[in-house]
Amino acid sequence: MAKPATKAKGETLPEKSKAESKSPRPGDNSVTSDQLKHFYRDMLLIRRFEERAGQLYGMGLIGGFCHLYIGQEAVVVGMQSTIGSKDSIITSYRDHGHMLAAGMDPKGVMAELTGRSGGYSKGKGGSMHMFSREKNFFGGHGIVGAQVPIGTGLAFAHKYNGSSNVSLTYFGDGSANQGQVYEAMNMAALWKLPVIYIIENNRYGMGTSVERASAITELYRHGEAFGIPGERVDGMDVVAVRAAGLKAVEYARSGAGPYILEMQTYRYRGHSMSDPAKYRSKEEVDKYRTERDPIDHVRKTLLDGGQTDEAALKAVDADIRKIVNDAAEFAQHSPEPDPSELWTDVLVGA
Amino acid sequence: MSIPVLMPALSPTMTEGKLAKWHVKVGDAVKSGQVICEIETDKATMEVEAVDEGTVAQILVPEGTEGVAVNAPICILAAEGESVADAAKAAPPAAAKAPEPAVESAPKAEPSPVPAAPPVVAAPAAEPEWKGKTVRLTVREALRDAMAEEMRRDPGVFLMGEEVAQYQGAYKVSQGLLEEFSAKRVIDTPITEHGFAGLGVGAAFGGLRPIVEFMTFNFAMQAMDQIVNSAAKTHYMSGGQMTCPIVFRGPNGAAARVAAQHSQCYASWYAHCPGLRVLAPWNAADAKGLLKAAIRDPNPVIFLENEIMYGQQFDVPDDPEFILPIGKAKVERVGKDVTIAAFSIMVGKALHAADELAKQGIEAEVINLRSLRPFDTETLVASIKKTNRLVSVEEGWPFAGIGSELAAQMMEHAFDWLDAPVKRVTGLDVPLPYAANLEHMALPQPETIVEAARAVCNR
Repeated sequence: MAKPATKAKGETLPEKSKAESKSPRPGDNSVTSDQLKHFYRDMLLIRRFEERAGQLYGMGLIGGFCHLYIGQEAVVVGMQSTIGSKDSIITSYRDHGHMLAAGMDPKGVMAELTGRSGGYSKGKGGSMHMFSREKNFFGGHGIVGAQVPIGTGLAFAHKYNGSSNVSLTYFGDGSANQGQVYEAMNMAALWKLPVIYIIENNRYGMGTSVERASAITELYRHGEAFGIPGERVDGMDVVAVRAAGLKAVEYARSGAGPYILEMQTYRYRGHSMSDPAKYRSKEEVDKYRTERDPIDHVRKTLLDGGQTDEAALKAVDADIRKIVNDAAEFAQHSPEPDPSELWTDVLVGA
Repeated sequence: MSIPVLMPALSPTMTEGKLAKWHVKVGDAVKSGQVICEIETDKATMEVEAVDEGTVAQILVPEGTEGVAVNAPICILAAEGESVADAAKAAPPAAAKAPEPAVESAPKAEPSPVPAAPPVVAAPAAEPEWKGKTVRLTVREALRDAMAEEMRRDPGVFLMGEEVAQYQGAYKVSQGLLEEFSAKRVIDTPITEHGFAGLGVGAAFGGLRPIVEFMTFNFAMQAMDQIVNSAAKTHYMSGGQMTCPIVFRGPNGAAARVAAQHSQCYASWYAHCPGLRVLAPWNAADAKGLLKAAIRDPNPVIFLENEIMYGQQFDVPDDPEFILPIGKAKVERVGKDVTIAAFSIMVGKALHAADELAKQGIEAEVINLRSLRPFDTETLVASIKKTNRLVSVEEGWPFAGIGSELAAQMMEHAFDWLDAPVKRVTGLDVPLPYAANLEHMALPQPETIVEAARAVCNR
């Protein structure tokens, strides 16, 4: 990769790194009524899927670690609406929402959670390790921060191949302090790689708040040392996410290099299923749920604007409920992997 | 239809808990995600959220009840359009201590014995003895030629690492590649091993064929997580969907007088991990034939070179299609009295030792292991059946080293053929010292190998 032509050192950051994005409201042409209805549906699918996953976990049908995405749905649904089918996506272990948003089959995802042969990894990966080459979803990574250099490498491949594809590389506020994240950001900026770093700041890395973990809590500024523009986005507002995403994707696609979006979001459930969440107050969680819920927000927008009615939303609910029920059924009845699978897929062609 | 709500497990090990508090009462409407009760276990108190929607028809387990079994019904919801009374009637009897889960749990597969490991794939056939033209090359040139030929053959192959391009390689292995292949394919990285190893893995996931050079493998400890957790395991964890065709290469083991942090042999570390291939060439023909094989292989390959060998010259088959099979050891010297198995620079020391042993009337067979994973047990066993004695030689430390593995393999596959315990010659169990005399003492030398061979031959 050719080094970029010498740029003036000490170049100031673009203006956008300093300001919070204004969220364009529905109606100002950024989102159509149909798009908003799609967002509602996609977010609801993730919400209901995750609730069911939590229930199956409670019934002992899902084992190990299970990190739910409830509360954060607007981030992935908004971002997904900004990319095309050849762009790549990679994230951490809190990955169910990303897979559903990418269009992966809820049955295959749920069956992987239950460790069955019908799962995306034939039951060998589990909640944290699923992939879809077809949907350009590259995981599902269990080591905090490891997906960031890998996502940067996907961007490297896009550029090497002369394509205009971009890499959406998601990570959390917890990962945002890992050394390899900064190693990757440096190379991405140095080589102007088409990667969008989406920091899903849900305010807690397991039980440690951002304030207790990051010296600079404005995570969108964490690329400043490398001259990477960053922006803070209301991650509970799918329309704001989309607007910021469009801008960042366009920037990366144009060859200008990496971009950071800090999504301010919130997870309603614990870090994983076995987290009693004693590090935050019930009032705090309730406040987000009742005042900031991303799905309620869109629902209200749709109803208030007369873009839909209760009956239509009820039909969507019923439809989603059926998809999730079918996924749960499939996940319980798909057989466990054949014992011979123990020894397959260790090496290619061996 | 009435909907039973079951006592959930809140951790993988929970079997029962206390129903501490109800947040709803009969007649209340319940929405998805609403907290309906609190449960206490020995570890924590947690809230239970409703998944299904409906109206509470009956509470089966009163608050304060201890020892409620996981999966026991705790309340009944009336579904939309159903009366609370009907739903309550349909309810199963309260069963605070229900021993049987009310809901079918994961279907238990018939207890199946662990399937045996697939029979070890027979090692590939040894390469036929080369009868064609050869050229005299240093190991350094052979490695460079291997990369250049494969880069000409496949535009997806690229080289990245510290000082590989403009500087022409810290050890001049990549000399001339930048000029031929341009900065697009020969890429200087910042000093950031964890980062560029991970970036290489991502590029390989994305369909390219990266060659990642570590200035030495000592620095690859920084990148160990990406090599093992990302490169080696993802094919398996994805059920075969993802592949990671990548070569991690560079000098491994002791150089000369660079002390402990720059002198470690990582052979046993990497050879331990399923999902990796681990190669360790000795001469220039190995270097060229195996590196070409590594670059064409669809798996992650660890390619362990040796700095002291870089400048040594050997005859190399003059053919761009000369490729060595991965997984095949090579008998470098035939003998009948004792087998000496070594890899990398130690093969040369073993051959020296064999010359000395011959003078003393002991004919040693020297095996160049070349491939540590997969390992060619077959060639080794065939040799032991003839010599009945084995000395392993490596630069690395003794505990859990390659020699330990050889000893175990021989116990498993050639026990009846051994006339003496396997003897390990290894680097001493200390961080490698700087002082010239101490360093010499800490590493295997031909005389230590001779001594070990004489010992197993009772001479």
